[in-house]
Amino acid sequence: MQENRVVVTGLGVIAPNGLGVNAFTQSLQKGQSGIRFIEELAEKKFACQIGGIPPLDETYQDLYLTTFQKNLLVSSSVLYGVLASMEAWKDAGLEVIEKENTDPDWETGCIFGTGLVDGEIIKRTMTMVDNLQVRRLGSTSVTQGMTSAVSAFLGGILGLGNQVTTNASACSTGNEAIMMAYYHIKNGLASRMIAGSSESPGPYIWGGFDSMRLLNRSSNDQPETGSAPMSAHAKGFVPGSGAGALVLESLESAQARGAKIYTEILGGFINSGGQRGGGSMTAPNLEGIRRCIQSAIKISNISPGDIDLINGHLTSTMADPFEIKSWSEALGRKNDNFPYIQATKSLIGHCLSAAGSIESVATVLQLHHGFIHPSLNLDEIHPEILSIVSPERIPQQKIDPASISIAAKSSFGFGDVNCCTIFRRWEP
Amino acid sequence: MNKDQLITKLRTIIEPYVEDKSLLDDVNGETDLLNDLKINSAHLIDIILDVEEEFDIEINDEEADQMITVEAVLEIISGKMKA
Repeated sequence: MQENRVVVTGLGVIAPNGLGVNAFTQSLQKGQSGIRFIEELAEKKFACQIGGIPPLDETYQDLYLTTFQKNLLVSSSVLYGVLASMEAWKDAGLEVIEKENTDPDWETGCIFGTGLVDGEIIKRTMTMVDNLQVRRLGSTSVTQGMTSAVSAFLGGILGLGNQVTTNASACSTGNEAIMMAYYHIKNGLASRMIAGSSESPGPYIWGGFDSMRLLNRSSNDQPETGSAPMSAHAKGFVPGSGAGALVLESLESAQARGAKIYTEILGGFINSGGQRGGGSMTAPNLEGIRRCIQSAIKISNISPGDIDLINGHLTSTMADPFEIKSWSEALGRKNDNFPYIQATKSLIGHCLSAAGSIESVATVLQLHHGFIHPSLNLDEIHPEILSIVSPERIPQQKIDPASISIAAKSSFGFGDVNCCTIFRRWEP
Repeated sequence: MNKDQLITKLRTIIEPYVEDKSLLDDVNGETDLLNDLKINSAHLIDIILDVEEEFDIEINDEEADQMITVEAVLEIISGKMKA
């Protein structure tokens, strides 16, 4: 069986600093933060009272959804996921075909991941069940509460007839969805896949992280400074939310229909550090990270020197220097020779399971338009990072380098799981 | 409440669950909820719950199974309201 080359032909995003690809691109270019003070977290006595919530309104939803569809989407993570996917679908130049008298699109599928189900949906279910009102639950608790809600909903709107499923690997989820969809197409099992992930905001999703003291507790009065990956003053991550979606397609299919091509996906790798060698439920085995990066490079048929830009996992915690060290060791590159490296989380916080897909959308947009967005809040870069990477390789202002061709996107998650995807700017 | 008023109220309850709104143009007693209005069967239960709330009645499983056409729904509602 001949293997397909896989390209990205559509993008969609719902991010704390921008609704839709155009607004998100502008925010990336300007270095616009989406982190705000969140009253509800203060009321509920959170130590961290800042976060990233997409500024979603009815007008934006009306661009992609009918009133009928909006009424059914009561979970925020499902709504975000469907909106991002519908944008990506239309961005890819694909049509939404009427339901009546049409066959399923057997060549198109969807892998759309999520982390935690919207807490509001679970709360409603639990409250009603505990109040002996189970018979009044209705269909919502299932159709909006199942983890596969986004792919199931999209499958109906778009008539998807290939694999329609969800994946979960904590903060690696979005990147993993892209990799899984990539291999599905590469292996000739589908022509097109929607890949992405979404996460709800709010106290029920973020509470556990607050209790674990993983969140920044000292920037409540200066929200936009709170997410500071790679900084000497990184004090924990800032929680975010939203969704990212990509339409992946075989090169053959994209060219046959004359589609716009953003980037090619050269390859990538998914692994785990086995929660050994320093790895645990919450910490990565650095050997696992190095292997993940090196395998991604090998599979992509490039050499470590070919990588121009790293869009890191970089969460604004004590783990950032370890990630940089792993990259340096995996690539055998240091100081001036280190690739450009950036943290999209400095703009949007850590969108948990949505992080990998939103940040992949950011990576693809930068390759496509030829810029590198600034990483914010780096008044003082962490000294251990400075001992590995020259400061000019960590742009704090937007730059437009003459040539950035290949970018690597890494994501790591609880459970000691890793994913690394290699994108290449499309040159026809 | 006369029959026309009942139908109007029922239409308002059903409307959010009907994707193609043009199907609601000529709703009459014979209209079949699933086949004519293309309502997803998962939403029949949501309609029953909304009807219960709107008319302050309770519909048992046996009655729910009979709610196939608009006429059948109206009969169940009127019967309950008289009771």
